[in-house]
Amino acid sequence: MSSHAVARGHQRLRTRSRARTGRKRPLRNQVLLWIGVAATIIFCLFPFYWIINTSLKTGAELSMGRLFPAHPSLDNYSSIFKNSDFTTALKTSLIDAGCATLIALVVGSFAAYALARLRFPRKFLILAIVLSISTFPPIAIAAPLFKLWTDIGLYNTYLGLILPFLTFVLPLTIYILTSFFREIPKELEEAALVDGATHFQAYRKVVLPLAAPGLVTAGLLAFIFAWNEFLLSITLTSQANRRPVSAAIAFFTGSTQFQIPIGTISAATVVITVPLIVLVVIFQKRIVAGLTAGALKG
Amino acid sequence: MVSPSLIVILAVAAYPIGYAIWLSLHQYSIIHPGLSRWVGVDNYTSALKSGAFWGAVKTTFIFTAISVTLELVIGMGMALLMHTAFRGRTILRAVVLVPWAILTVGTAMMWRSIVAPDVGFLNQVLKALHLPGANTVWLAHNGYALAVLIFADVWKTAPFMALLLLAGLQVIPDDLHDAGKVDGATSWQRFRRITLPLLKPAILVALIFRTLDALRIFDLPYVLTQGSNGTNTLSLYSYQQLTQNRLIGPGSALAVLTFIIVMAVSLLYIRLAGENLRAMAEEK
Repeated sequence: MSSHAVARGHQRLRTRSRARTGRKRPLRNQVLLWIGVAATIIFCLFPFYWIINTSLKTGAELSMGRLFPAHPSLDNYSSIFKNSDFTTALKTSLIDAGCATLIALVVGSFAAYALARLRFPRKFLILAIVLSISTFPPIAIAAPLFKLWTDIGLYNTYLGLILPFLTFVLPLTIYILTSFFREIPKELEEAALVDGATHFQAYRKVVLPLAAPGLVTAGLLAFIFAWNEFLLSITLTSQANRRPVSAAIAFFTGSTQFQIPIGTISAATVVITVPLIVLVVIFQKRIVAGLTAGALKG
Repeated sequence: MVSPSLIVILAVAAYPIGYAIWLSLHQYSIIHPGLSRWVGVDNYTSALKSGAFWGAVKTTFIFTAISVTLELVIGMGMALLMHTAFRGRTILRAVVLVPWAILTVGTAMMWRSIVAPDVGFLNQVLKALHLPGANTVWLAHNGYALAVLIFADVWKTAPFMALLLLAGLQVIPDDLHDAGKVDGATSWQRFRRITLPLLKPAILVALIFRTLDALRIFDLPYVLTQGSNGTNTLSLYSYQQLTQNRLIGPGSALAVLTFIIVMAVSLLYIRLAGENLRAMAEEK
């Protein structure tokens, strides 16, 4: 039998089996499928909906567990934007997470490019190193960094958080970029070299543009990581003027000391989360690819 | 070209670890800052003798075991669902990324308000449905506080687990399932005999990532309970000793012990999963 005929045979077999399961996959399975989908959506979105719901409530309504705000108001939003601690923290977070991400992309892409061209045994070693560094407990370096930063004047500065953020996002960035670089055929660079380009030119003009999706993915993941970091953020800053949002939210105070100002906290959480969610949804496919490339490919 | 990255990583990770070990071998005066004396391994022996340390170890391991198991089960369910062909599964994938993108501290605050006594949403629902437990102060009971902590973590990270598993599912050829169907295997049999064995590497990687993450948990218990009522984890306990009690020597010893425990678990995993990881790297 020619391979063509075999393929056709397979095809026929497959359509037949599919037709059979089509008949056999009854209403029950369809219902189960949609129940699963609905359960997943509620599981994932309800808490987020609850934050939005809470952020639109004020006063006594905050302590009534209503599913919809009876009198939706944007008071919480206007109050957080009038709160200079919050707006400063927003700026600080943008600077800290943004700088860490940019530096990680520049420095990390060099490393990733070199690593993508390595042979296997060392790759396994690097996988091990990357794993161990990305699993580093931040608490282990919190105290020494605190002491060190106080001694050399980095405590409560932008750089004082950018550096440790960089350490934690670099392995991830290198990891993701390496797998993207590896997909780029070597021949393209070689062609550029033959045409008289230097190694750096070949890298900048040929490799980097092709790796752009990888850079977006790695950048977004690194940014989200740095943006959410909490332990070092509260350890290495003490004043509101250098505190990133994650730390600032934890220090929001209510009208009395024992009351959580949940309305304003919810509004703040929505404000700092929605841009991330929008980005994540836009780049959904790439993030999934990046996460899984980072996690599944050596 | 790798060196700039290595320099940053070594300077801000390896050097502080060395410094932490140095700090942990000293005792520091609280009254006279800067004054310290060498005490050798005293800080370690007193930590290993203290009930609080072993309590934190126990809490951390119970938390990790239960939450990672639940995440695996729920994540697997979600992954299988996202792998099924149906209209709108792209939307489902985007939805699943939402918990992962939300600021952890913000969600922790939200869970705290949901389980708050009297006015919390949970208790009001229980009251409205005339179910028992409507007057429970959830975060004031040992078991319940840990349960809330675990639930908050599962909610946040099960979707992440699902995405890792989904990637594993996508590389399994459809033909195998079709062949199984032709041979009359039920869907459970196909899952057990075809999907699970082929998914093993992806499961292992997801487990490693999540376990090591769970062992370091800090922000959730910090916001939810401040470590009270049986929720004090290793990272949080070390943090409290270091910053709130200003015990730099003993606190550093605890931080180093945390580091050692996490490293030991990751080495154990790499040892167990080594063959699978190597096989995966070779495939590439």
